[in-house]
Amino acid sequence: MLGKLTWAAIPFDQPIPMVASGVVVLAILSVLGWGVIRGHLPYLWQEWITSVDHKRIGVMYALLAMVMLLRGFADAIMMRAQQSLAFHSQGFLPPEHYDQIFSAHGTIMIFFVAMPFMIGLMNFVVPLQLGVRDVAFPTLNSVGFWLTATGALLVNISLVIGEFARTGWLPYPPLSELAYSPGVGVDYYLWSLEISGVGTLVAGINLVTTVLKIRTKGMNYLRMPMFCWTTLATNLLIVAAFPILTATLAMLLLDRYLGFHFFTNEAGGNMMMFMNLIWAWGHPEVYILVLPAFGIFSEVISTFSGKPLFGYRSMVLATMAICILSFLVWLHHFFTMGAGADVNAIFGIATMIIAVPTGVKVFNWLFTMYGGKVRFQQPLLWSLGFMVTFIIGGMTGVLMAVPPANFLLHNSLFLIAHFHNVLIGGMLFGAFAGYTYWFPKAFGFKLHEGLGKAAFWCWLVGFYVAFMPLYVLGLLGMTRRMQHYDLPQWHPWLIVAACGAALIMCGIALQIVQLVVSIRQRAKLRDCSGDPWDGRSLEWATASPPPAFNFAVLPEVSGEDAYWALKQRAAGRSWPDEEPRYRDIEIPRNSATGFVCAFFATIMGFALIWQIWWMVAAGAIGAFATFVVFAWRDHDEDTIPADEVARLDRSNRTQRHAMLTREAAE
Amino acid sequence: MSNGLEEADNAVDLAPGDEHAEGGVGLRVIGYLTGLGLAILLTATSFFIAGTDLVWQPSIPVALVVLAIAQMGVHLVFFLHITTGPDNTNNVLALAFGVLIVLLVMCGSLWIMANLNHNMMPMDQLMQMQR
Amino acid sequence: MSTVALTEAHHGSAVGREWSGAAPKRIVTGYGFWIFILSDMVMFSAFFATYAVLQGQTAGGPTGHDLFDLRNVAIETAFLLASSFTCGLASIAADTRNKSGFQTAMAVTCAFGLGFLFLEGREFASLVIGGAGPSRSAFLSAFFTLVGCHGLHVSAGILWLLTIMAQVFTKGFRSDIRRRILCFALFWHALDIIWIAVFTVVYLLGSAA
Repeated sequence: MLGKLTWAAIPFDQPIPMVASGVVVLAILSVLGWGVIRGHLPYLWQEWITSVDHKRIGVMYALLAMVMLLRGFADAIMMRAQQSLAFHSQGFLPPEHYDQIFSAHGTIMIFFVAMPFMIGLMNFVVPLQLGVRDVAFPTLNSVGFWLTATGALLVNISLVIGEFARTGWLPYPPLSELAYSPGVGVDYYLWSLEISGVGTLVAGINLVTTVLKIRTKGMNYLRMPMFCWTTLATNLLIVAAFPILTATLAMLLLDRYLGFHFFTNEAGGNMMMFMNLIWAWGHPEVYILVLPAFGIFSEVISTFSGKPLFGYRSMVLATMAICILSFLVWLHHFFTMGAGADVNAIFGIATMIIAVPTGVKVFNWLFTMYGGKVRFQQPLLWSLGFMVTFIIGGMTGVLMAVPPANFLLHNSLFLIAHFHNVLIGGMLFGAFAGYTYWFPKAFGFKLHEGLGKAAFWCWLVGFYVAFMPLYVLGLLGMTRRMQHYDLPQWHPWLIVAACGAALIMCGIALQIVQLVVSIRQRAKLRDCSGDPWDGRSLEWATASPPPAFNFAVLPEVSGEDAYWALKQRAAGRSWPDEEPRYRDIEIPRNSATGFVCAFFATIMGFALIWQIWWMVAAGAIGAFATFVVFAWRDHDEDTIPADEVARLDRSNRTQRHAMLTREAAE
Repeated sequence: MSNGLEEADNAVDLAPGDEHAEGGVGLRVIGYLTGLGLAILLTATSFFIAGTDLVWQPSIPVALVVLAIAQMGVHLVFFLHITTGPDNTNNVLALAFGVLIVLLVMCGSLWIMANLNHNMMPMDQLMQMQR
Repeated sequence: MSTVALTEAHHGSAVGREWSGAAPKRIVTGYGFWIFILSDMVMFSAFFATYAVLQGQTAGGPTGHDLFDLRNVAIETAFLLASSFTCGLASIAADTRNKSGFQTAMAVTCAFGLGFLFLEGREFASLVIGGAGPSRSAFLSAFFTLVGCHGLHVSAGILWLLTIMAQVFTKGFRSDIRRRILCFALFWHALDIIWIAVFTVVYLLGSAA
């Protein structure tokens, strides 16, 4: 009746997951309760859950990412604590738990923190920067977000019902095959990622089409902000790489569920094919994570230096070169699997070549700052932290691209230090830079500057204290994922690393405090003009937050840094210039399709994991019914009357006039 | 008569799959018939070559691949209306990108796996050693 | 989403090297679906690559040469090719707002598609019953997955086809429904393109071996 699901699936005898899930369930219930009591639920349903507005969806993506960051970081703290204690000792986490923790840590951080954060920022910003009203497929956008949330939900359910995979964040066979992982852990991983993978693919299609087909008049390719170029490259990679992940995980599912022999030990299966395919996805994936960060840094550095981006065309070329090259290097993740010297050499050289366009970008950022009037506010601090940190991480990457060196360092803590170096220094610092930079645009008030700077320093110092020892440990021979060890030379370094993790925890705590304080002081931190940073691109031409339709009249663009040009022209004229002719605006209608679809996907995913076949069928029928209901609707747009448009736009224009007059007086 | 291009003028991008409607229904049907005819020809040739002794055997795989590519071309041109005109540039570029990735995945995988299989002991031999 | 407030002509093109504003909805939808099809091709390429690598791993069991019935494959190919042609006719009928022509062409397309699925299902069933199911060897796993994935896509296409027929029946040739017909045609032709690769690589090359 309920497949493999029994009461034994809940780990009543294990305190850590029981306490953790108890806390989480309590938190969810209190938030929901508060929402119900204060009457916020209708608002949440109408304005957020069923929203197809790219701005709302972007914020929800980022919120999902930040909440999952807490879960992933909790896993990290436990790992660091375990490793600093487990010298000649079993520590406090038995192997079966420790294995699930590091697997969950990696899975959550990559798929449910990094990806949603970047996709959220791209979703929020790109239509504004392109001077248009929304992405190409707004309802599909909502579907993509909610499917990603489904994946996150399933992974978190595994904490309390059943177990998670013990294979690491990439489930290598034969360990991940049914013979060696008979529980539901790997199934949780597989179904969760297959479902959220659909969501990611949908976002990829959406953003590629938006950048290529939906830009305002005059916005030629070479006049787009750099962030839009990196969005294009990133989403081309998503569209090209994620299908490989879908196929490979599907093959593992077929092995586990239907006794196929793709990667098994018997009947001709070849486990090396899994590694080959999964990394053919995996390497483009890391560029999917870091390219948007590069775009964010381009925006932030040019804005806070008061100068246009140096070498725009070379940046575009470098970005597209990285896009193509990222598909030529994937074997460097398994140099040691035995492909032979010639294959290893070619992929090693290709890996080193891919460092070149990144170097071009770094020099361009430096030259952008040179000669500019640099303002050391939060977003720029994150960018500077990125530049130093990412360069170190990149260099260690080039070091490991040398196959003979790789044979010593593969799967050691040196590798762990390298990829955290580039992921935290690159992607996460970029996410935080984007968060602090665009927060006022999204919510109408800035984030507290002092707390943000304190958080940055805790993160920066904490990162180095946590991960530089790991480089040393890798060179001292420590392998990754060790639950306990006996070598005394390793112990002090692991204790230092744990201290670093504690420092990072302070950074995270400060970020949470910063958010709370900023909300409470929002009147004081208000962004009245919509342009708190003296920005250069079109998103700063809108109010903060922008109205649903973004622009009352879509702008016409004639060069790079479109908004900067608009400001220069406005400064030279008397104000106010004449009002535009306001017209009715049609915006896409909200839809519950995304949420309902994800609801059925959650049911299907859970049922597939526990092999409750009738529930699978019910979920599938529900999903198809949702699609048909959506296809049958007659009205997909709402109209905002011209008077309403005028009212909203006039208040923004008055504020801007006030700001420009104030600046002129200074 | 129009195929949804009322809003736009000439020299505008075409949606993939759309064709310019100047010819009228008759001409368009002839286009599809031509595609069908060519495809039937090429497919029949493929099946014939695969089974026959009349052709030099080692050339069969190459011939089949070439014929397959030709058939795909017929589909792209006559059924999907992907042309090299300026109104189709974006569509062709996207297709080229997709083809590139497909080639990389296929050829890269085959090359890598061939090397791995050559250098590494087969799994059943390893399993024998375990017993 | 509206760009009504913009100038009218030359949308979505770089006429005279100046981008003229957002492209019309038909182009946007078609292009987005085109990108999806390309992503689907990449997914198939992963299955193709796996098939190519595992082709020889028959684990002492039957090979393609032993199992494949080329006559059956020829009929399947003919069905799919014919359905592509009739789908093209349906596209023309949709553009000329010819309801009866459209429904007829789509019904014939559906019939050919179902015929294809029936033949393929019969082939799979006989293989499984004959002990050559997907769990027999890696080669058979790869075969069933690659060909089966294509068959699943055809099945989904048939479901979609029927939904579109129902929509045209109740709502006529509204512009959003015509956009969906465009996407369906892209999908259906793409499936035939993939089938070309399947029957060449799997069946023709496989039985020669």
